Amino acid sequence: MQAFTTLTGIVAPLDRANVDTDQIIPKQFLKSIARTGFGQNLFDEWRYLDEGQPGEDCSNRPKNPAFILNQSPYDQAQILLTRRNFGCGSSREHAPWALLEFGFRCVIAPSFADIFYNNCFKNGILPIILSEAQIESLFQQVLACKGEKFSVDLDKQILTMGVGDQLSFSVDSFYKERLLKGLDDIGVTLEQADAIRFYENKRKQERPWLFQ
Amino acid sequence: MTSGQTLYDKLWNEHLVVQRGDGSALIYIDRHLLHEVTSPQAFSGLKLAGRKPWRIDANLATPDHNVPTQDRDKPIVDEISRIQVQTLDENCAEWGITEFKMNDIRQGIVHVIGPEQGATLPGMTIVCGDSHTATHGAFAALAQGIGTSEVEHVLATQCLSQQKMKNYLVKVKGHLQPGVYSKDLILAIIGKIGTAGGNGYAMEFAGEAISDLSMEARMTLCNMAIEAGARVGLIAVDDKTIEYVKGRPFAPQGEQWIAAEKYWRTLVSDAHAVFDCVVEINASELIPQVSWGTSPEMVVAINARLPDPSDCAEKAESWQRAYDYMGLKPGMSMNDVTPDRVFIGSCTNSRIEDLRIAASVIKGRKKSPQVKQVLVVPGSGLVKQQAEAEGLDKIFIAADFEWREPGCSMCLAMNADRLQDKEHCASTSNRNFEGRQGYGGRTHLVSPAMAAAAAIAGKFVDVREFI
Repeated sequence: MQAFTTLTGIVAPLDRANVDTDQIIPKQFLKSIARTGFGQNLFDEWRYLDEGQPGEDCSNRPKNPAFILNQSPYDQAQILLTRRNFGCGSSREHAPWALLEFGFRCVIAPSFADIFYNNCFKNGILPIILSEAQIESLFQQVLACKGEKFSVDLDKQILTMGVGDQLSFSVDSFYKERLLKGLDDIGVTLEQADAIRFYENKRKQERPWLFQ
Repeated sequence: MTSGQTLYDKLWNEHLVVQRGDGSALIYIDRHLLHEVTSPQAFSGLKLAGRKPWRIDANLATPDHNVPTQDRDKPIVDEISRIQVQTLDENCAEWGITEFKMNDIRQGIVHVIGPEQGATLPGMTIVCGDSHTATHGAFAALAQGIGTSEVEHVLATQCLSQQKMKNYLVKVKGHLQPGVYSKDLILAIIGKIGTAGGNGYAMEFAGEAISDLSMEARMTLCNMAIEAGARVGLIAVDDKTIEYVKGRPFAPQGEQWIAAEKYWRTLVSDAHAVFDCVVEINASELIPQVSWGTSPEMVVAINARLPDPSDCAEKAESWQRAYDYMGLKPGMSMNDVTPDRVFIGSCTNSRIEDLRIAASVIKGRKKSPQVKQVLVVPGSGLVKQQAEAEGLDKIFIAADFEWREPGCSMCLAMNADRLQDKEHCASTSNRNFEGRQGYGGRTHLVSPAMAAAAAIAGKFVDVREFI
């Protein structure tokens, strides 16, 4: 996994609450057996004016000019600012894959759905949770200053706005360490293979019906 | 030592392998369910890293999302879907993982076949790359949906690396009235606490109305805990749980059954257990529910008018957007809405009891000519077989409903079953998101009884007056 240490990038404001993963990446694209190729279909039903098909070249599809990510400079954005409960619904990891491939490395919102939040960290994306009031103020700032860039320092847990104002954010050390170092989760867990085997043997004795 | 623990606390402690200093833990996974959509990248990741599955017999696979619901004797027409299903077959064959293939009588929606086979047992930890894994919590199993990276992690390590959730209790007093079902109850709960209400929690359902429910009705309830934001739904073990599991193919037998049952009986929250959040609902007052918008929290009682965005400043914008998408207006009655199509199926409502209820509503009647299509999609080959043994298929066919082969079907429209642009659907599924059932489609979530009644009446009606 790609490590996340610091990032400076354009902030795209997506002013919607409860954005579900069906919107982030519609189901027809989930038929792929690859981990890549989803970026062009990120927010497909909002981004394009026609129905997208898997494997289709999107360069000639009619784009929705009103959608924020179709507008310059937001088509180059690396930070997504959005509203509460982002990523709700389906557990599809294709959602963070699509965000990442589009260019997003950071999503800022008042809250995230649990599975999506977890999936972000597995893919080198930092989800930052701030209060509703802070998010509202960031929206006003970003809308007032088109193409505003924010900087994120994960180690210091500081978000710096274009004007130099800073906000601190919290992130569990569990997630932070893995993201900073870009650790392979499976590798980390397998360092404790002996503990897993010990537990498993004990379980075989105590709950033998689970090992038929 | 065990006093004051919630059911979730007990399940968590039972499966704790390593508690880490950073607040995270490794918990052991007893059962891993796999389907074709979220597993291929996990298997290829495993291979790329030169790893192999930790414990083959913990895994059980079936294709469900992509499979067609007719012409199953022929190859899948959609080439991309066919490749995805074949990839699951190949991965399972390569590692020796048990798979119920497309034309196996035991194939079906992964959350239907787990309990049906007894592959879902009380006290297990169960994961699947699918958010509706919460379903299995009806058996007092710690069951949760995971992403593909975690599918790979569980394949490789038999563990999940995570932090403990908080405890949420939904206490349901009173008794559901005739014509009101667990689907109405969960929709009402989501309407009350919102789709983010359960974020960060394991959500236990308890109270006399829950004790009343059959196991299948409990599965419907836990299935949609994720729609209330909770990754985990839970219901304590009681006699119904034990009875349901007994004799199923993967369930223990003989002495092992006796030992298992003794342990399973302990899987209840202690009397003095402390929950971080408690919500109370009175089931006796509940009226059949129907969703009007593009989020499962946008629900109304069938006899209520659709809400006015100006009454709720905080949600006004999202409500207005939902109204625009759905082609509806505040103040309307759902009685004024005609479903173009009706879908009876999905991991929420495709079990035998759901089909019996739908059939009992329509018996002797016909689909309204205003409704273009009614799909009845059983949750598994065995559900289909049972329904046919009871003659339910004949009741559906006589009503001009279509009787199909098992799969996820129009719940998420990854196969050929889908809505056309702007079509309304009375659906027994779980999500009414924009485009979920087909590009531009407009979903209304209801119980099987309400869906069946809408199909006959040609509009949404209160099934209590319809029976």
